[in-house]
Amino acid sequence: MTTGLTNELLSLAEDVLGRLTRGGATEAKVVARAGRDLSVRVRMGAVELVEEAGTRSLSVRAAKGKRVATASTSDVTPTGIARAVRDALELCDLSQEDPFAGLPDPSMLAKEQPDLHLFDPACGEVRGAEAVQRAKRAEQAARDFDARITNSEGANFGRTAGAFALATSGGFRGGYAGSYASLTVQPVAADADGKNRTSYYWTARRFLSKLESEENVGREAARRTLALLGARKVATGSAPVVFDPDMARSLLGTFAGCIVGDAIYRRGSYLLDRVGSDVASPLVSIVDDPLIDAGPGSRPFDGDGLASRRNSVVERGVLKTYLLDTYSARKLGLESTGSAAGMTGTGAGTSNFVLQPGAQTPEEIIRSTKRGLFVTHMMGFGFNAVTGDFSRGASGFWIENGELAYPVSEITISLNFDQLLKRIDAVGNDLDMKSSVAAPTLRVSEMTIAGN
Amino acid sequence: MTADPPHLYPASELHAPFAPGEPFELDRERCRKLLDVALRHGGEAADVYAEFALGASMVLEEGIIRTASRGVSLGVGVRVRRGDAAGYAYSEDLSWDALVRAAETAAQIAEGGASPPVDVNERTLPQRYVVETPSILVHGLTKREFLLDADKAARAADSRVTRVEASLNESYREILIATSDGHFVRDRQPMMRFGVRAIVEANGKRQAGSSGGGGRVGLEYFTQPGHSPEEHAREAVRLAVAMLDAREAPAGEMDVVLAPGDSGILLHEAVGHGLEADFNRKGVSNYSGRVGKPVASTLCTVVDTPDIANSRGAINVDDEGNEPRASTLIENGILRGYLHDTLSAKHFGIAPTGNGRRESFRCVPMPRMTNTLLLAGPHDPEEIVRSVTRGVFARRFGGGQVDIASGDFVFSISEAYLIEDGKITAPLKDVNLIGNGPEALGKVTMLGNDMAISDGIWTCGKDGQSVPVGVGCPTIKISGMTVGGTEIAAR
Repeated sequence: MTTGLTNELLSLAEDVLGRLTRGGATEAKVVARAGRDLSVRVRMGAVELVEEAGTRSLSVRAAKGKRVATASTSDVTPTGIARAVRDALELCDLSQEDPFAGLPDPSMLAKEQPDLHLFDPACGEVRGAEAVQRAKRAEQAARDFDARITNSEGANFGRTAGAFALATSGGFRGGYAGSYASLTVQPVAADADGKNRTSYYWTARRFLSKLESEENVGREAARRTLALLGARKVATGSAPVVFDPDMARSLLGTFAGCIVGDAIYRRGSYLLDRVGSDVASPLVSIVDDPLIDAGPGSRPFDGDGLASRRNSVVERGVLKTYLLDTYSARKLGLESTGSAAGMTGTGAGTSNFVLQPGAQTPEEIIRSTKRGLFVTHMMGFGFNAVTGDFSRGASGFWIENGELAYPVSEITISLNFDQLLKRIDAVGNDLDMKSSVAAPTLRVSEMTIAGN
Repeated sequence: MTADPPHLYPASELHAPFAPGEPFELDRERCRKLLDVALRHGGEAADVYAEFALGASMVLEEGIIRTASRGVSLGVGVRVRRGDAAGYAYSEDLSWDALVRAAETAAQIAEGGASPPVDVNERTLPQRYVVETPSILVHGLTKREFLLDADKAARAADSRVTRVEASLNESYREILIATSDGHFVRDRQPMMRFGVRAIVEANGKRQAGSSGGGGRVGLEYFTQPGHSPEEHAREAVRLAVAMLDAREAPAGEMDVVLAPGDSGILLHEAVGHGLEADFNRKGVSNYSGRVGKPVASTLCTVVDTPDIANSRGAINVDDEGNEPRASTLIENGILRGYLHDTLSAKHFGIAPTGNGRRESFRCVPMPRMTNTLLLAGPHDPEEIVRSVTRGVFARRFGGGQVDIASGDFVFSISEAYLIEDGKITAPLKDVNLIGNGPEALGKVTMLGNDMAISDGIWTCGKDGQSVPVGVGCPTIKISGMTVGGTEIAAR
């Protein structure tokens, strides 16, 4: 389905592009996608859900001069396509002149489209029965791990395989196929105080053979769930906070939202006017790299058709650049960093956004923490991007003399995000590229913890 | 506002391709055939869900309508159930062959001979969101004035305003559901939301404020008190200005007073999700096995109801063809029941409560809330604030989340003030509150007589599926809840 489907989508995109320009668009951009998805859920050894579908969609962007409109449809019949084309052309008359609108200069378009090994044929070939077996094995490994695992939210296996094509009236033509598979297990254990405790563990890769084994995933999920038994609140105070890689990843995602061009030109980020200044501790370096071989967020070109390039965003604590697409770059009087997100709307996004690993093992980081909090879960949306105020629910473990002393829950952690990143005083070596935003274990030297 | 009559698109724009007389018409006979295919391998029950969703949006930035968009989402999903298991397949291709293939794929969940043929019959539904003219049929030139008016009003409201954004999002969804239980229903569901966001800057400080609202309404929404574009704009500016000088919020356990309306998010997180019966069928909710037992203070009566006309959470039929009805979840502090979809109702041996909802044809239904309300209590709201020596008064909220298993929940406050000696004083920076469902509701010691339904744009996420919901409540006092600020009080 790789080249065949990609080419099919490219010709669809080209055809629609022609209709838009013939219909009066002075500029146009078309994205076509197609894929096949399978996901299964198994719970307590029995199948709960097998879901299967083929999907197709078309998104178009049209401009008449500097008036811009977009339309999208999942109906790719001739009637559906005609409607999307008509809508986009008609809506251009509704928009008002935007002096910053427009396709990138043709000289900036990607000349080459490197093969980044984003598609695994085996991924698309996993059938329902095999997916069920994988999920069952993983859940069983969790339930067999310890008798205290008494219940389960289940195990999920999902895979998706598909292709994407982009064509613009500026002369860009590009497409590629991609795949992704994931396995998650979420066991439940009952606490002495009657509270249920649950945690999870997951693995994901573009290539099926690179997934962690079902047994590993199940056992690690069980280990994480059991560790939460007996969790309690702690007293309100301040202390160092260690974030496990999943939670560090969440912090990094929050940071990403504050350095994309849209947030900057909208004056909606606390990092406005901060390029060239310290935004994090010298231990922190962050790279956005779309060219990582088989990386979950890799892409040969960006959503504007510009060449993919590695952007060093933070170097030893100093903010080097925002991530910009053509539109936000123009708004800010800067050059695009080749970071346009995939769709027909404007907007910059991350590709593989990675906080570079340090030298310490996570065990060393915890051992070197005399007393503090180890966070393994966070809850809620307590972040104001304009001011950087950060306050979220948390649970994890209390660290006493470098050891995990007991689990804690129902507390919050808070600190302004600018301070939070500057107070990072340890970076782990445990980077796992299972997701496009990835970070190793991190420690923040001091945060406020609210509890009893 | 202009006095010209609005230019309208023809109503045929809204016709689903599977509606009567359209090229891919799905009538009773065709649905019956699909259900027969779906049950070919011995499934116990099956349903067909067809959806045609039109969306439109307009965005204003820096004084201009920057972009306008429309979208179409069209497809048919077929589900086959056997016990607690389900097979699901959907197709965006509405050709008969593609639909039969989807039904065959879903049928694979079962192993056995064909189930007996079924019949389906159309029934009429309640009409909870009659809209004279769906806003999506009104030409954009009329609608863009609302955004431009909001922009002007926000800029005029305060000289410290540096940016204004406004947006109008509309959708119109036609669904058709046929089930092997004999349901055959169609519903048309309008939705509109309007929002304004303002950024104010002064003395090197910057703050954002937002205001918005909507529901299953038409453009008449803007003529109601408090709902005009200008009023939303001024509210966004008021909020941003009020929070410009916010101080660090306190950390630790203290009394919390929640303002009426938006604070209903407390019920949604602390109670609602834990009572969705899929979690209780699996025994993983902290409310599992607690029906008939106290889970809140005796002041608390919590209901979930789809029957609030034109509300965001209103539905005439759920996404499994069942009739949605009001459910009393907690009565005077005692847990009375759960929210069910067909699967959980069958598991518990009761009638479905009509809470099986799904985001789109791409998703299987799950038990979900509609409008979740805490009913009024006996107290004067001013008396409630006066009763607090030191605490937090919360008026607006960003969002919330709950851990179903433990019952721990959070919600983030975007407008909060300190209460000192019975008076509302300094504004506080954004802060999270954390608590445990039954423990927090057990500490509801005062409840206002000022019940209000939120006009807010609430969207509930579960398992990756988003559905519109509503919330409402009176002024609530919780005697002791953890406030997640940064300022540690001297002990």
